[in-house]
Amino acid sequence: MVINTTALDRTQEIPKLEVSQINKSFERDRQRHTVLKNLSLAVHPGEFVSIIGPSGSGKSTLLQLIGGLLEPDSGEIRMDGSNVTGSKGLISYMPQQPALFPWYTLEQNVLMALDIAESNAKKRGSGMGGTPTTASREERRELARTWLARAGLGGYEDQYPQVLSGGMQQRASFVRAMLSPQELICLDEPFGALDALTRLQMQQWLLSIWEEHRRSVLLVTHSIEEAIFLSDRIYVLSAAPAQTIAEFQVPFERPRDEAIINCEPFIRMKRDIYQLLQTGSGQHAR
Amino acid sequence: MMKKRWFQVGWPPVAVLFSFLVIWQLAVTWGHIEEFLLPSPLRILEVFTQADVRARLWMHAASTIRITLLGLGSGIGLGIVLAVLLHVIPFLRSGIYPLLILTQNVPIVATGPLLIIWLGYGIAPKVVLIMLVCFFPVVVSTLTGLSQPDPQYLNYMQMIGATKRQLLWKLELPNALPYLFSGMKLAASYSVITAVAAEWLGSKEGLGTYIKLSANGFMTAQVFATIVVIVAVSLGLFGIFALLAKWAVRWNIKNGGR
Ligand SMILES: Nc1ncnc2c1ncn2[C@@H]1O[C@H](COP(=O)(O)OP(=O)(O)OP(=O)(O)O)[C@@H](O)[C@H]1O
Ligand SMILES: [Mg+2]
Repeated sequence: MVINTTALDRTQEIPKLEVSQINKSFERDRQRHTVLKNLSLAVHPGEFVSIIGPSGSGKSTLLQLIGGLLEPDSGEIRMDGSNVTGSKGLISYMPQQPALFPWYTLEQNVLMALDIAESNAKKRGSGMGGTPTTASREERRELARTWLARAGLGGYEDQYPQVLSGGMQQRASFVRAMLSPQELICLDEPFGALDALTRLQMQQWLLSIWEEHRRSVLLVTHSIEEAIFLSDRIYVLSAAPAQTIAEFQVPFERPRDEAIINCEPFIRMKRDIYQLLQTGSGQHAR
Repeated sequence: MMKKRWFQVGWPPVAVLFSFLVIWQLAVTWGHIEEFLLPSPLRILEVFTQADVRARLWMHAASTIRITLLGLGSGIGLGIVLAVLLHVIPFLRSGIYPLLILTQNVPIVATGPLLIIWLGYGIAPKVVLIMLVCFFPVVVSTLTGLSQPDPQYLNYMQMIGATKRQLLWKLELPNALPYLFSGMKLAASYSVITAVAAEWLGSKEGLGTYIKLSANGFMTAQVFATIVVIVAVSLGLFGIFALLAKWAVRWNIKNGGR
């Protein structure tokens, strides 16, 4: 097994996404509950980063902060170096449920996301928020059809989502996130609702697509194996209030093979992360 | 699961109705009941064979259908516009919606004469009355549909930065469509009855007027024949809206329209 020894020096580079010193609390039963405490993380251009943490630790809340749906109590969110705290439309997003609209066909679902991204990019005057798309609607339609076919959904473009299986819906949902022009994709437990076998197939499929079509990815997951298999870097969060308790650099070279799941370093890393999540603390930074 | 064919669903009520008619017929024949009290089903059927009565029935039905369609159409239009307005302007919603529900407690027998005083004896007061009855179920159901999309869709749309307008067109309005259609089906079934009631309150033509005239002349068979026509028109209108609903929410495979 080849191990990547030339750990990249990313310190000089401006990160695609930088979450710095975020605090967030909610009021519940007249009490403040701190959900995120002094949380910082970064995603570099073209990097695949995972966040792993116990259920209810605040991972979805973090994504909503990044998406601009919520405002942090303090701290800052930067993209490409500029402060974007509270602004919407800068990320593309794949939720845990496929969230394909039942009144749109698969193609219309994908196109809708592209149209919204396009109108956002226009409003911003092709400033931040990633690649300004110059594609016409016809070209976008073509793109959607091509990628749906690549996702094994050829022939289903004009079907309504309800006729598809859960795995097929997730693939369509991923295509929708993937084709949106924003340079950062946020995935919130995208395979959480799938059975183990489908889940494995989906991970391999996602990896093969991503490896030839690099984007900056922030993935939230419950599965340690999934995080190691897919990512370049992993942040481990503690239970509420969530802080980053560790950061792992994943050393396996790409393109990755599913065989790495059984190699020694993989298993060791898996055990380390598992222990961290169990004890809920630690200063394991590498 | 196989979908039930229409005749599988349809035969029990038909069988019950048929037995009922047979019993009615026998009771009238053997019980020597006077025709002006209760005509037999066959006697009612006979009314439809009289050419002059048929012509008059048809003339009155056409008049009723006309005001029904005018009132229903404007009621639905008003309902949709009002629902969208109340939805996009929260202040209007909190200010107007409760009052709207209050207005539904005013009975037709009060509204009808008032409208006649204000709008005269033409078709205007009748159309307005039907409109007032029809727009309410449309507003209520459409507003429900607009304001209750599945939170997962809402979260997704906000995460990708959809504007209020995009939310309305791509999420809330399509989501409201099945609700709108169930409101329209309700409105359609209220509309014919309201038209007849409005005519009964004061008019020169229409099925409601015909019932009044027939009843005053103790022509009970004609009253029943008119009822048959009213039921047929109601069912037809309801059927049209049910079909429209099926078509408009064809993506909704699980409940095939509400
Ligand atoms: N809008 C809100 N108002 C009040 N409390 C909230 C709100 N959103 C989230 N919370 C609370 O914040 C905490 C973290 O929720 P969040 O959904 O972010 O967790 P999570 O890590 O995504 O969990 P899971 O892994 O189960 O998806 C929970 O205790 C939740 O009750
Ligand atoms: Mg979550």
